[in-house]
Amino acid sequence: MDHYLDIFLKSVFVENMALAYFLGMCTFLAVSKSVKTALGLGYAVVLVMFVTIPLNNLIYQHLLKKGALTWVNSSFATVDLEFLSLISFIGTIAAMVQILEMALDRFSPALYNELGIFLPLITVNCAILGGSLFMKERDYDFAESCVFGFGSGFGWALAIVALAGIREKLKYSDVPDGLRGLGITFMTVGLMSLAFMSFGGM
Amino acid sequence: MLTVLRKLLDRLHPTFSEGGKLERLYPAYEAIDTFLYTPSDVTNTAAHVRDGMDLKRMMSIVVIALLPCFFMACHNTGYQANLAIAADAQPIETWREPVMSSLGLEHDPESFLSNFLYGFLFWMPIYLVTLAVGGTLEAIFSIVRGHEINEGFLVTSALFPLTLPPSTPLWQAGLGIAFGVVIGKEIFGGTGKNFLNPALTGRAFLYFAFPTYMSGVKRVPTPGTEELGVGVWTAADGVSGATPLGAMGTFKVQDATEGFLPSVQTLTDFSWWDCFVGYIPGSMGETSVIACLIGAAILIGMGIGSWKIMAGCFLGATAMSSLLVMFSSNPEYAITNLGPHWHWVIGSFAFGTVFMATDPVSASMTETGRWWYGGLVGVMTILIRSINPAFAEGVMLAILFGNVMAPLIDYFVIQANIKRRMARYAA
Repeated sequence: MDHYLDIFLKSVFVENMALAYFLGMCTFLAVSKSVKTALGLGYAVVLVMFVTIPLNNLIYQHLLKKGALTWVNSSFATVDLEFLSLISFIGTIAAMVQILEMALDRFSPALYNELGIFLPLITVNCAILGGSLFMKERDYDFAESCVFGFGSGFGWALAIVALAGIREKLKYSDVPDGLRGLGITFMTVGLMSLAFMSFGGM
Repeated sequence: MLTVLRKLLDRLHPTFSEGGKLERLYPAYEAIDTFLYTPSDVTNTAAHVRDGMDLKRMMSIVVIALLPCFFMACHNTGYQANLAIAADAQPIETWREPVMSSLGLEHDPESFLSNFLYGFLFWMPIYLVTLAVGGTLEAIFSIVRGHEINEGFLVTSALFPLTLPPSTPLWQAGLGIAFGVVIGKEIFGGTGKNFLNPALTGRAFLYFAFPTYMSGVKRVPTPGTEELGVGVWTAADGVSGATPLGAMGTFKVQDATEGFLPSVQTLTDFSWWDCFVGYIPGSMGETSVIACLIGAAILIGMGIGSWKIMAGCFLGATAMSSLLVMFSSNPEYAITNLGPHWHWVIGSFAFGTVFMATDPVSASMTETGRWWYGGLVGVMTILIRSINPAFAEGVMLAILFGNVMAPLIDYFVIQANIKRRMARYAA
């Protein structure tokens, strides 16, 4: 139990996808103007990461990893398909997002409308692919990757919603002309990651 | 005398006001004028609020509330150094020694005057550097960008040195306050427009930029020699002087003698009362809980600091540390099993709660939000202290984290309020 809690806390705070690794920056900066849309995107990211990382874990553990194919035939013990992991991960993510989109459209139109454009957008969000690649790098098992997927998604969502809150507040600030817009947002993200560093070195 | 000053200021007014020769320096003139006299400007449009408590008075009162902390900072810094020197450590060879001897003062921990003055000689240079560097940057920004120099900086510069260890090199103090003022505040447009507490931003910057100096692991080299000299927390040569918080935070449970967990008392020889009064090593202003409580009374009494934030912090920290004591079965570090009554008095929990978390600009603005914000800071403080020995001092980072989350907390409080009202008027 402690082990899973550790993975969860680590992926939310210490190794926060947005504020420690600076992954998924394009969406992070573009869709953080209001808390409401940021929340929508946050839900979508949590959902997609929670689904794709365990799924990719299964694919990796049972198809791609060196010696993983022994369940087909024992002569495959030396086969190493790891070089395919990048392309299969991104394929899984794209397919999953499509399926998720159709399923949501059919069964929960309210949530589908809420998420709108963000669902297809996060196919190309590097935090999502990054999550799968970290999962591979650290050799998580299935349960661990479920926790890690949820934690990373949650951490990213927390970061974007917090940034949106700050940006709504910063509307009343008097930022120098040269820094208006993206400039000050970058600075804000930097300062936020300073605050998130409190868990570094754990 | 005073009327002469007023007349001088009045005579200079046209030079600085619009069309005058020194028009661009108006913020500097305005700062001096309004610091000395109540401004005569009145609001000439609608929404006219009459209140004696303007920004200037408010900030000045915070500085007054900090006086007990200044006093304890000087006294305790000197006391700790003198104590170490009396116990065979060497004083740091600097200009301070001639000053002390020319005043005929020995390094005597029993002598109040010696303690206070010696500590003062450590605190004063850091404060002056902070004021000079930060003040210059603030003035440059306000002149170029045309906003007022206000007393917000006075508070920042008063708080910042108090969070530093006594033997911080002066260039670090200057660098820290420069980062805090420019990146933490001025690029957002000055006081009231930032989202992080500027003093804490500067402190955290130093903490991450020079971690070994700031956490007391490495000692500051004595100038001109090869050997490692000054211990960070105590201003004397060769004394590492771990803080109670640092000692507890890095003590591994597995090193404990069978079935016997050390308390702060047995590990560092400081009693609870020592920690409460503030006779322990640490950052200059943070050690004394009494001084912070006096400050808290002034802030709350004058309606400046929010008692809800302070209470929230207190409750959050108490709840979290009690939970850890009750439920952590196999902690790695001794601090996890430390009771809440110790957490209140070690490190800068009291100082952070009273003076840093309540900063009205970077804290939550809504009344309900203040409870949540305070609670979050309290919980995070204990969490960071307990699970992350790399950064023993959790308060400062917890408050920065709280600052980041504060706008979000406000957002949800406001949304909940809107929902409630909609429901009320829907019928």
